[in-house]
Amino acid sequence: MIRVLDPGPQTTVQDGGRRGQLRYGIPPSGPVDARSFTLANRLVGNPDDAAGLEFTLVGPRLRAEAPCTMAVTGAEAPITINDAPAAAWTTLSLHAGDVLKIGAVQAGVRGYVAIAGGVDVPPVLGSRATYLRGRLGGLEGRALRRDDRLRVGAGGTVRGRTVPAGVIPNWRAEPVLRVVLGPQADRFTDAGLAAFLGGVYEVLPQSDRMGARLSGPRIAHARGHDIISDGIALGAVQVPGDGQPIVLLVDRQSTGGYTKIATVCSFDIPRIGQAKPGQRVRFAAVDVAEAQRLTRAAAADIENVELQEIAS
Amino acid sequence: MRFLPTGDLALSVELGDDISVDVNTRVRALEFLIEQKALPGVVETVPTYRALQVYYDPRVVGYEALCRALTPLVEQAAATAMPPAREVELPCCYGGELGPDLEAAAARLELPIDELVRLHVEAEYLVYFIGFTPGLPYMTGAPARLTIPRLDTPRVKVPAGSVAIGGIQCCVYSVESPGGFWLLGRTPLRLYDPGGAEPILLRPGDRVRFRRVERPEFDDIGARVAAGTFRPVIR
Repeated sequence: MIRVLDPGPQTTVQDGGRRGQLRYGIPPSGPVDARSFTLANRLVGNPDDAAGLEFTLVGPRLRAEAPCTMAVTGAEAPITINDAPAAAWTTLSLHAGDVLKIGAVQAGVRGYVAIAGGVDVPPVLGSRATYLRGRLGGLEGRALRRDDRLRVGAGGTVRGRTVPAGVIPNWRAEPVLRVVLGPQADRFTDAGLAAFLGGVYEVLPQSDRMGARLSGPRIAHARGHDIISDGIALGAVQVPGDGQPIVLLVDRQSTGGYTKIATVCSFDIPRIGQAKPGQRVRFAAVDVAEAQRLTRAAAADIENVELQEIAS
Repeated sequence: MRFLPTGDLALSVELGDDISVDVNTRVRALEFLIEQKALPGVVETVPTYRALQVYYDPRVVGYEALCRALTPLVEQAAATAMPPAREVELPCCYGGELGPDLEAAAARLELPIDELVRLHVEAEYLVYFIGFTPGLPYMTGAPARLTIPRLDTPRVKVPAGSVAIGGIQCCVYSVESPGGFWLLGRTPLRLYDPGGAEPILLRPGDRVRFRRVERPEFDDIGARVAAGTFRPVIR
């Protein structure tokens, strides 16, 4: 059992996400930065998609009511156990009564807390992920509150391990987001496309798990910004009439009627999801064959990460 | 017909350029065939008016290979018989505070209010797809007399359950959300019930009929829905 002493501004239970529900208008949810989430689970010996916590901008303060094993990954933030500094991207052993505190993020936006055994909330439509707008899943469909108690599943014993430095992303770098153009790239002028691929876009504070709102050179439409509503993929770059792009993320609406100039590749979703308000991003086009080669390579990279053993 | 990549994890199959029962029926037939064939790598599908979005795992199947596998199914979709549609009855209380645009819509359409309600109730609606918010049905089926431009100024908040028309479409708002349709009435049923055993009431391909109820019955059904003792009429 874990007790929430302070939840932070928005901390939710997430797992690998909900499948098969987009046709009913229910998004997958799950972690925005699936790569960091997966590595957190590996550090505590969980399956990659086991339920853990996603926090936003400021981490939670949690008390272990029984001995447990945790790991914190994702955004860079100060971590303490009983006020003594503790390491991120590393297996952490807590005794009963220990307090894990994660402070305000210094780089990145979203952090992940994995707990050996996984957070035990009832699955809804096949998943423990929280969909906040739909008040679905997780803990009563809502963000964590002070004094919530989280049940934890049965975890095995884990040896202490850490993620090698080279595998930990640098969230301060200006990301170049690889995109596949389309499905409606032909609805923009050449100048609009050139602005999109050549311009620098800044992340706006209104961004959330539904989408990252960006501001930058206007992306001009060739003939209207409305289409017959169709499906919205993860990473779809929607451009409404104001010519400013929105990159749609894990809690996105399933369908919509605005033109989509391109789609950010899945392996770069963590990059846009971790870009802070004010951070600048660029886009670069790749064709679908190259995108899928990179997707397979990224999946193999994460599969082959060798966690390093640490003295415990 | 054309295939379009929508990133590295999904593609879109566009089967037409218009909003029509014919094109949408082929979209849903293609979805049905994909499910029947259990194509390797396909993760989930999302039908819309004229396109089917297919999510897939590029570690199992690449874009070109999946397009090749889908091509014969697209051809078959035109002649595929699907399981019979469900018929779902939605009680609806028209006008008053539950349907604040009923009078204005009747004036705009130059119809007596009762005639507008009668035309709306007598029609059968096809659920083309569910989208935008959880459980929200995109439907047509009303007679041409009820075609109406959307509101000049969309509302910031439309209550869940609102039954509304805009263009040739009819929709039922499934959660409180912004909206630009004319609100004719409200159903006491929950199209999206996150705490329910089956959170989503309607499915793509359903046939929907509205049954006019007065306020006391609306309140009574609402109370039974809240208590979990109301069973929607589904045939």
